Amino acid sequence: MSSTTATPIADPHLHRDDEGSRLGMWLFLFTELILFGGMFLVFAVYKFIHYEEFHAAARELNSMFGALNTIILLTSSLTIVLSIVAIQKGQKLLSIFFQIITIFFALGFMVNKYFEWSAKFSHGIYPGSETLLEKSSGEILFFGLYYVMTGLHGLHVVIGVLLIGYMTYETIKNKVNSDKYVRLESAGLYWHLVDIIWIFLFPLFYLIA
Amino acid sequence: MASSTANVNVSFFDYQGGRKGILGWILSVDHKRIGILYLISMMIFFAVGVTFGFLMRLELIAPDRTIMDPQTYNSIFTLHGVIMIFLFIIPGLPAVFGNFFLPIMIGAADVAFPRLNLLSWWLFVIGGLLAITSIIMPGGAPDTGWTFYIPYSVRTSTNVIPALMAAFILGFSSILTGLNFVVTVHRLRAKGMTFFRLPLFIWALYSTAWIQVLATPIIGITLLLVTFERLFSVGIFDPSLGGDPVLYQHLFWIYSHPAVYIMIIPAMGVISEVIPVFARRTIFGYKFIAFSSVGIALFGSLVWAHHMFTVGMSGVAMIVFSVLTFLVAIPSAVKVFNWVSTLYKGSIVVEPPLYYALAFIFLFSIGGFTGLIQGALSVNLHIHDTSFIVAHFHYVMFGGTGFGIFTAMHYWWPKMFGRMYNKKVSIVGFWTLFVGFNVLYFPMFVMGWLGMPRRYYDYLPEYHIYHLISTIGSWILIIGLLIMFINLLKALKSGEKVTKENYWGGETLEWKCPTPPYVFNFEFTPEVHAGPYEYKQNDESEKKVEEEVVQ
Repeated sequence: MSSTTATPIADPHLHRDDEGSRLGMWLFLFTELILFGGMFLVFAVYKFIHYEEFHAAARELNSMFGALNTIILLTSSLTIVLSIVAIQKGQKLLSIFFQIITIFFALGFMVNKYFEWSAKFSHGIYPGSETLLEKSSGEILFFGLYYVMTGLHGLHVVIGVLLIGYMTYETIKNKVNSDKYVRLESAGLYWHLVDIIWIFLFPLFYLIA
Repeated sequence: MASSTANVNVSFFDYQGGRKGILGWILSVDHKRIGILYLISMMIFFAVGVTFGFLMRLELIAPDRTIMDPQTYNSIFTLHGVIMIFLFIIPGLPAVFGNFFLPIMIGAADVAFPRLNLLSWWLFVIGGLLAITSIIMPGGAPDTGWTFYIPYSVRTSTNVIPALMAAFILGFSSILTGLNFVVTVHRLRAKGMTFFRLPLFIWALYSTAWIQVLATPIIGITLLLVTFERLFSVGIFDPSLGGDPVLYQHLFWIYSHPAVYIMIIPAMGVISEVIPVFARRTIFGYKFIAFSSVGIALFGSLVWAHHMFTVGMSGVAMIVFSVLTFLVAIPSAVKVFNWVSTLYKGSIVVEPPLYYALAFIFLFSIGGFTGLIQGALSVNLHIHDTSFIVAHFHYVMFGGTGFGIFTAMHYWWPKMFGRMYNKKVSIVGFWTLFVGFNVLYFPMFVMGWLGMPRRYYDYLPEYHIYHLISTIGSWILIIGLLIMFINLLKALKSGEKVTKENYWGGETLEWKCPTPPYVFNFEFTPEVHAGPYEYKQNDESEKKVEEEVVQ
């Protein structure tokens, strides 16, 4: 059924396939979407059951924090795209600049999140706290989901920072360059995923009150 | 064309490029070495799992306490389940034989992401060790059953979190392997290797890989939520805080039912490889088998709630899930019929791999049919949570997937290691194993039907005879396993040397590369001109296919 040609087989570890890398990254992003999808499903079920209580609990969230973080993340999605465009055009320094700006925004997001969470903690609202346990079960679930979902999202922000930081290092070392930038692209795709999950978290938790 | 100075046209065992000794293995990115690493680690975990199963059966040989207390018994059946499922059956075929043969069978030199592949193995080992350490850590081994059902998994004081984390990490490893395989099949097929020329094992791995990628994240997040529940009492599943334990069961089975297809589809792929080789004829209904893999993957994702018919669901939902369960039987039956039709009028050569493959068909059919019995709603209420279920899934998972793994071992052993095992001994081992298997599990059907609940430490005297027979069966089974494994291991040392490329007379690409394969599998890039099972007697049709390609 087969024949062999005179072409000696190539070293697979030097083999480069940008298209394959992109395909792999997209598959990975699907798994991330499904991971969060599981939590959105839980959210949907409990919101359906405890409709009133979810709305009441949502009023306790500060939508200013949420809105600020939305603006920060959306802008950072723009800056990471700009860094990819810059590297495609061979402007290494500009690309590094935009990557650092992206990291800066991401850290800003986390600082903001820190203040938001500590405000909640100081009001005694955290999983297992006495204040929370006195509330209705719908509100307990709302805050349980709030901490788990925004917490896991925050973890993804941190991973994103590490990824982009590593890309900055690679860009400085010229391992990411105008010819070979699929890694930076993948990091960018990951960052957009972090962004898009937040875009769903924000209205669900902060705006529907 | 090798980058390094070392010669790559040598057996991958002898390759001396890069690191030497043990590091040359545990840090190797060669898919064949990683496959063998998986084989070794998986066999260690399998031995642990078998030991637990053996102890469990020994406890049940007579009513009342025999060798252990109830708490130990609960831990042992939990760990037997966790180890066998997450560390043996799920990774079994894809990670060992998929890794070794997927690239070779599509004519590639490696998988798409070799380093990611190595990371998968490392995650597998870390997850496995975590599962094992949960036994010895203070607090006691987990006793929830492998399903981690809430609320008990939140209330028990045993080491549930390490076990949950182990399953989470193993899930990650499984996702990365699946992702790697999907990209490999899409991007690295040799010239002329169209999708409909892929060997059926590859079709099976490809379907499995998609389930791994799409279903595993759900179990990941679910187990993570249980961990959070235990650590921070967030209330998502805990009924005392307003959570819903049934929701946990849904999320658990949304993954864990497709997971049984992750376990069985690759085994079906192996059988589809072995049957045509030993019947010396083209497989009957190639496309039907290929699409039935995809069909099972698709329908199998929609039947999860048939594990939950007794927990409370609407009547409509139950009927829908029951009907869908019956539908999954169709693609499975398509495969069985096609294998049998392939044998019909074939020039059958009876060799050890064929024994195991035929046993697969027989045992899987029993397992499959009893699955249909449970899929019927009325009967399900009667046999839910009895040892009938235990018998059913052991017939499918062990009689099916387990025997599939043994088939693959006997079929590919000479190719992987360049050594041949003793055929006579392997057939003796086979019959011992086969008899032991049936003596062990068949009585469970009977006592389950009569009302013996599963997972019980103690039982009424009227079930004694079945338990006794079953325990005796476990001894026969273990003797069979020992004969088989010792025979295979002995072959590595003193077995007859194999250098012939095509040991069994197969037509797929792994029989066209050197034995054992070279570092990059082939010396020259292969090209494919016909389908995978075109035997000599079909010379005419092969020419036709080639003409069509030319046109």
